[in-house]
Amino acid sequence: MTEKNYNPNEMLICTASRLMTDDSTAFIGTGIPMLAASLAQKMHAPNLTTIFEFGGMGAILDDLPVAVGGRRSFHRALSALGILDVIEAAGRGHIEYGFIGGAQIDPYGNLNSTVIGDFYKPKVRLPGSGGGNDVGSHCWQTIAIMRHDKRRFIPKVDFITTPGYLSGPGAREAAGLPPNTGPYRVVTNLALLGFHPESKRMMLLATQPGVTVEEVLECTGFELLLADEVEENPPPSEEELKILREEVDKEKFYI
Amino acid sequence: MEIIESGIGELLQPPDVNGFREWNRNKSKSLIDKRMTDAEVVSKFVHEGDFIGTELYGSVRCPMSVVSEIIRQDIKNLRLVGQGVYESDVLLAAGLIKEMDYTYIGLELYGISHVIRREIDAGRVEKIVEWSNGALVWRFKAAAMGVPFIPVRSMLGTDTFKYSAGKLVECPYTGDPIALVPALILDVGIIHVHRADMYGNCQIDGITGFAYEMSRACKTLIISAEEIVPTDVIRRQPDRTIIPYYLVDAVVHAPFGSHPGEMCYHYERDEEHIQLWAEVSKKPETTQEYLEKYIYNLKDHQEYLDLIGEERLQYLQDIVPSRG
Repeated sequence: MTEKNYNPNEMLICTASRLMTDDSTAFIGTGIPMLAASLAQKMHAPNLTTIFEFGGMGAILDDLPVAVGGRRSFHRALSALGILDVIEAAGRGHIEYGFIGGAQIDPYGNLNSTVIGDFYKPKVRLPGSGGGNDVGSHCWQTIAIMRHDKRRFIPKVDFITTPGYLSGPGAREAAGLPPNTGPYRVVTNLALLGFHPESKRMMLLATQPGVTVEEVLECTGFELLLADEVEENPPPSEEELKILREEVDKEKFYI
Repeated sequence: MEIIESGIGELLQPPDVNGFREWNRNKSKSLIDKRMTDAEVVSKFVHEGDFIGTELYGSVRCPMSVVSEIIRQDIKNLRLVGQGVYESDVLLAAGLIKEMDYTYIGLELYGISHVIRREIDAGRVEKIVEWSNGALVWRFKAAAMGVPFIPVRSMLGTDTFKYSAGKLVECPYTGDPIALVPALILDVGIIHVHRADMYGNCQIDGITGFAYEMSRACKTLIISAEEIVPTDVIRRQPDRTIIPYYLVDAVVHAPFGSHPGEMCYHYERDEEHIQLWAEVSKKPETTQEYLEKYIYNLKDHQEYLDLIGEERLQYLQDIVPSRG
């Protein structure tokens, strides 16, 4: 095997970035989604309208935001209003994509970012919902970005912070969530995953370069559906890597 | 309206909208000079057991001069609406928080809060009630409207709802399930702004977070401001005023009041200092040393600024990028 000229984080960022389409609106959470959005704007999606939780809309991501409310989240933006302006935009159907993270995910894409273990006696107290639940409730399509291992991909999350498909087909609508919304993709260091259109269970769509289907299955703590043809994602291009390292994260916050 | 399900979280602050109206009726509507020092506002307005909230989160417009003074005066058993990174973390670290309406406590880029974990383990934080960030701001919006609850489509179907004090009902118009969240009326709200006049008319540059909603949901509102300006500056651009004077009880002049957080167009956040907190807050001993050095051992905000040093503060202004 040839030596890779990129690290797993960089691959993860490129995979997420390629999902961000031009001329669309995307709710961007802290961390990897910010890098992916910045890369997408500089590659294929110059008119990607980034939306940050505390009110920035349409920022040009010259510098990487380090906080969802920081001035970089509305640098040369189109509007800089407040949290309800952006969450309510999602609530009435204006926002297509929501990029979020979590510590645990289950086969239906339910995410936990609240506690590991018992709620009252937690093993780990995680940061909490913040805007995660709002994004996962209201955006048309949510994309989770995660590290892939058996502790994170589990049959049942300890706490459903952010709704995926809940208990399966029809459960979101039955709970009162807006119809035709829900998890769309899960991007990990090992794979790109989607959800089966009928069963709403997580499905392997593509592996990251050099990763086998078996490795993905081994690192997933539940039964994973396989697409008819599981593809292999192309590695980061020279251009993606150059922009990522020299422009997107020049301060080396993340990579 | 039939209640389908109730969240098991405790309602920490009842939505007494009639009491809130009476309170507001008795609030002064005079244009009077409300300038005070941090020490004066805290001793006058912040009491043991109060339900308090700070506005914005992350490391942006943190009302640090007032928060530090609350810690110095050791006002205990506070209840806190938890959207915070640095300012909530230090209040927790000082052991002053007993109950929380919670949505996020963490250090964003630098990971989880070690402080909240220790406070829960030690039993000092006795109650945590979960909400989404949107739900908390909608709760302020309900209070601002003077109504006891507001219907929302967040939290549905999740444990975030289960551990909240929300209600699930059947919508009387559509028949679909919908969540109701109760108005949240704060005893004391604290908001740091770019500029205010001595009466409390406030203007904010950049994003406004939830300043609009929270400022209208407080019985007592404390403002700290980078700059105190003549009222004429406000009158020249009244469209910039997000908080009018009658909502405000006190105005503190706090230049660099957000440090180590940022104040857009004025100064950048102090990355090194935030990293310092992320590091020292991992252990109780070093957390305590930090609180001693940067809060307890200092008389006031000016001494804090002296400790940080003019050179550093100048640097944080110098690195503000152009808006062009």
